[in-house]
Amino acid sequence: MVERQSPLEPEFHVGSHGNFEHGVEILLTETRPGSIVQLAAWPGEEKKLIAAIRSVTVLALPDGAGGGSSDGVKSVFGFAPGKFTVADEAEGLAAAFAKAVTPAIGTVTDLSHGRTAIRIAGPKAEWVLAKFFTIDFALPAFPVGAGRSTAHHDVFAQIQRTGADQFDIYVFRSFARSFWNALCHASEEVGYEVQ
Amino acid sequence: MLITCPYCGPRDVIEFTYQGDGNRERPDPASQNFEAWNAYVYDRLNPAGDHNEIWQHSGGCRTHLRVVRNTLTHEISSVAFVRGDHASTARRKAEDKA
Ligand SMILES: [Zn+2]
Repeated sequence: MVERQSPLEPEFHVGSHGNFEHGVEILLTETRPGSIVQLAAWPGEEKKLIAAIRSVTVLALPDGAGGGSSDGVKSVFGFAPGKFTVADEAEGLAAAFAKAVTPAIGTVTDLSHGRTAIRIAGPKAEWVLAKFFTIDFALPAFPVGAGRSTAHHDVFAQIQRTGADQFDIYVFRSFARSFWNALCHASEEVGYEVQ
Repeated sequence: MLITCPYCGPRDVIEFTYQGDGNRERPDPASQNFEAWNAYVYDRLNPAGDHNEIWQHSGGCRTHLRVVRNTLTHEISSVAFVRGDHASTARRKAEDKA
């Protein structure tokens, strides 16, 4: 397989930064999934698509708009009616879904090279993200596993909560470095570490 | 101004794009009825009060929405998917509304 280069690389500086004298309250990293796939069901075929997601990933989608789940290796969440984002540490997810999602059920779009996945974690993750997005990051409003579609200055973002204080943000690869820089600046005040 | 997207819940208006007057009815593309086309392009009710509008949640789930907005108060009294067959995926409860 071809080595995939990170768009963040020139601005990805491992170590502690900002105001970290009193401790690091934000961890930033790139999760670099091998596969990122977008699935869309034709009208009325949503249940079959959800069944296909379960058969390929073994992840069960909870009921509800924006519902999702993650086992730490594979992740899935709804981002629009009948539409889902699935990520996997391994490559080959698009090929697996191309078999499971027949043309009668819906569509499979391989975004593995089109999106960059940035993970923000730590006690101040909600605080920093609230500076970017006008959505409610509190745990009761945004439960673990759930996904949200939103935007920051026209940079479209899909966000999945993968822990009580951990979020995975999927942004367009071409915007990723700019978004990463903004995320680093926003994290300076609380002290952040890039891993 | 907040618009409560049936899929995403209450979101700031900056995430939405206005797609025009929701009262218009587009003539058949093959229609030669110029009066109907003229009405579609130019005629507007311009009410001082509740107004049917089409909005897209362009910075979110990207669905198109039928919104009733009061042009005097900006109060939004109803939001629904333009596509009726999306209704089954609108599971946000009333108590989630802002
Ligand atoms: Zn929406």
